[in-house]
Amino acid sequence: MTVAKKGEATPKPQPDLGVILSSVIASGDVRLVDLTQTLSPDFPPIVLPPEMGQSRPFRMEEISRYDDRGPAWYWNNVGFGEHTGTHFDAPIHWISGRDRPNNSVDSMPIEHFVRPACVVDCSAEASANADFLLTVGRIAAWEKQHGRIAAGSWVLMRTDWSKRTDPVAYQNLDETGQHTPGPDPDCVRFLVKERDVLGFGTETIGTDAGQAAHFAPPYPCHYYMHGAGKYGLQCLCNLDRLPATGALVVAAPLKILNGSGSPLRVFAIVPASGRSD
Amino acid sequence: MPEPAKQPKRKNPVQRTRAPTLPPASRSRVALGLTAAAARGLFELQVCQDCGAVQYPPREVCRACLSHCLVWRLQDGRGELITETVLRAPQELYFRERLPWRVGNIRLDAGVNVIAFVHASVGAAPCRVRIDAALDRAGQAVLIAVPPHGRPDLSDDPKLREMTCDPRSRKILVTDGKSAVGQAAVRALMEAGADHIWIGEAEPWKKDPGFEALRDLPEVMIVPLDVTDGNSVRELAGEIGGKVDILVNTCDCHRTFSIVSRRGVETAQLEMDVNYFGLLRLAQEFAPALKARAADGATNAIAWVNLLSIFALSNYPSHGTYSASKAAAFSLSQALRADLGPAGVRVINVFPGPIDDEWDQLERPPKLSPAAVATAIVDALKRSVEDVYPGDVAQDWLARHLANPKALERELSEGAQ
Repeated sequence: MTVAKKGEATPKPQPDLGVILSSVIASGDVRLVDLTQTLSPDFPPIVLPPEMGQSRPFRMEEISRYDDRGPAWYWNNVGFGEHTGTHFDAPIHWISGRDRPNNSVDSMPIEHFVRPACVVDCSAEASANADFLLTVGRIAAWEKQHGRIAAGSWVLMRTDWSKRTDPVAYQNLDETGQHTPGPDPDCVRFLVKERDVLGFGTETIGTDAGQAAHFAPPYPCHYYMHGAGKYGLQCLCNLDRLPATGALVVAAPLKILNGSGSPLRVFAIVPASGRSD
Repeated sequence: MPEPAKQPKRKNPVQRTRAPTLPPASRSRVALGLTAAAARGLFELQVCQDCGAVQYPPREVCRACLSHCLVWRLQDGRGELITETVLRAPQELYFRERLPWRVGNIRLDAGVNVIAFVHASVGAAPCRVRIDAALDRAGQAVLIAVPPHGRPDLSDDPKLREMTCDPRSRKILVTDGKSAVGQAAVRALMEAGADHIWIGEAEPWKKDPGFEALRDLPEVMIVPLDVTDGNSVRELAGEIGGKVDILVNTCDCHRTFSIVSRRGVETAQLEMDVNYFGLLRLAQEFAPALKARAADGATNAIAWVNLLSIFALSNYPSHGTYSASKAAAFSLSQALRADLGPAGVRVINVFPGPIDDEWDQLERPPKLSPAAVATAIVDALKRSVEDVYPGDVAQDWLARHLANPKALERELSEGAQ
C-alpha cells in the first residue's frame, strides 16, 4: 500500500472507464449496431477468372459433436480466404500499398480500430442503377448537409446492397462481369488527399465498383486508398441503421502475421436517437 | 422380340423395403481373370501358350498339356446352344427371389463347354449363339448367351436387366450440371429414359447459357450442391438421398498446371477438394442411402458413376496436380466399390482421355466431345461393365499402361501424349 507523503500531491483518482461506458450502454442513450454479415458457406466470395488463384470461400467441417470423435464437446475447423465475408482490407493488400509502414493487419496501429464514421446514403441511386458511382459532387452535397468529413474518419457508402439476400442478386454478374456500386476515381482521390479519411467501406464484395477493372486506374479505391495507407471494409450490413454522422465504428481485424486483411466483427456505437435520415 | 421394359408402378409405401441379396460372390484368384475382362465389357478365356487349348472354367494349368503358361485372350464367343433348362428351385436366395432363370449349355467353337444365362431373344436349343461376359449384382463375371448377330439390349430381358444399371425409369442425381460434360450427361440420361434428374448447381451466381437451358427440360430439378461444402452435400442427401437410384458424379476441377508452373498448393488443393474430398463427402452422405434402397423393387438404387480421367492411371506431368487428384479419386472409388458392392450397387468408373473443353485447350486432337463422354456414361449404365475408357487416347493409354506401366511413365515424362 502506498501512502501519500506530506507535501506530495494526492494522485487524482482515475475514472473507471469500464463502469462509465457500460453504464452509458445500459442507460439506453447509445445503442450498438452489428455491421457484420454471418460467415456461412453460402455467402458469395469474390469471383476471379478461374485460371487465377482463388480466394477460398468460408468452409466449416465438424471436428466433433458430442460423439465418438469428442464425447462432450462440439467444435469445427473453419477455412476461408483473408477477404471473406465482412472483411477488412489492409494497405499491403494492394501493390500500391506494399511499401507502406505498418501496412498489414498485425502491424497497423490499434488506435485505428475505433473511429468515427460518415455514412453517405446512396441507396436510392444504387437501387436505380447497379453501376452507380459515388462522385466528388455527391460528397460535396453530403458535406453541405452534414458537415465536413473529419480526417481519420471512415467513409461508409450505404447502398442497401446487403439487403440482397439472394447470392445471385448480391453478386449481380452478367457476361460483362459484376455490376455493383462503388466510388469513381476522382471521389477516391478527393477522400484520400483532401479529407485524409481512415478508409472506405461498402456493402458490396469490393470497395470498388463491380466494373472498376475498366477504370483509370483499375480498382481506384484499392489503388489510392491502400497506396496512402488507408483501409477498406467490405460486405458490411445494417448501414441503414447508422446516422450520417455520430457513429463510432469498431473494426479490429484478426492479428494475422503479414495478413492482408481478415474477416472481422464490425459494430458501431450510435446515439440512441441517431438515424441515417 | 421381348417387349421393352415399361415404367414401373410406384412403390407401395406400406410394404417393407426388402434387403438386398446377391448371387454367390466368391471366386478363385484365377477365376477373377474372367471378372477383370468382364469389368471392361470383354469376354476373355485362358489360352495355353504351349498347345493352344482354350480353357474353361479358368484353372492353374492347361487341361490338355498341363502347362502353366496360360494367358487371357479375347474370344469371339461364337458357339452353339446345345441344351437349355429353366431353373425353378435354386438354393441361393438371390436366384429364388427372381425365378425362373433360363440357363443353357453352350459348346463354344473354341472347343470348350460353358454354362450361361440365355437371353430371352435367343430361340430354342439347338441354335447358334454368341457368348458375352457380364457382371452380376455381386460384381462377378457371368456368361450370357445372346443371338449370334447384333447386340441385344440386356434390359430387354427382365432377368438380365439385373446385370445392367439401365437409366430408363430411374431417378438420377448428376452432381454438377454446369460443366460441359455435366450438361451433356443430363441430356443423354434424359434421352435414355430417366424418370427424373436432379441437377447439382454450385456457385449459382456464375451463369452459363447451356446450363440455363437445362431448366426447360421436363422432369429435371436444379438443386444446390457444392461438393467442397460438407453442409451442402449433407443437406441435399437429407432431402433426396432416399430417392436417388443412380448418382453420376460429374464434379471435376481441372487446372492445367505442372508442379513448377504454379507456386504454392492452393490450386492443387482446390482440385483435391473437388475431385477427391468431393467424392468422399458424396460417398459419406449418399452411399448409406443408396445401400438402404438397393433392393427397393424395380426402381432400386443401383449405380454410382465417377467421372475420372485416364490421367488417373499414370501422371501426365503438364496436368500434374490434376492427375494426382484423379488418382486419389480413383483410389477412393475402389473403397466406395468395396462399400457398395455387398449391397449390389455398382460403382462405374469412367476414364476419358482429353476432353474438348477449356482445360484441355492446348491438347492436340483427338479429344472427346462432352457429348461423347455422356454417351459413354449412358452406355456403361446400359451395359454390364464397371470400368470404361472412352475414346482413342484412353484406349491407347490403357493398353500401354497394362502392357508396361513404367514405359508409359517414361513416355509421359518426356512430354509425349
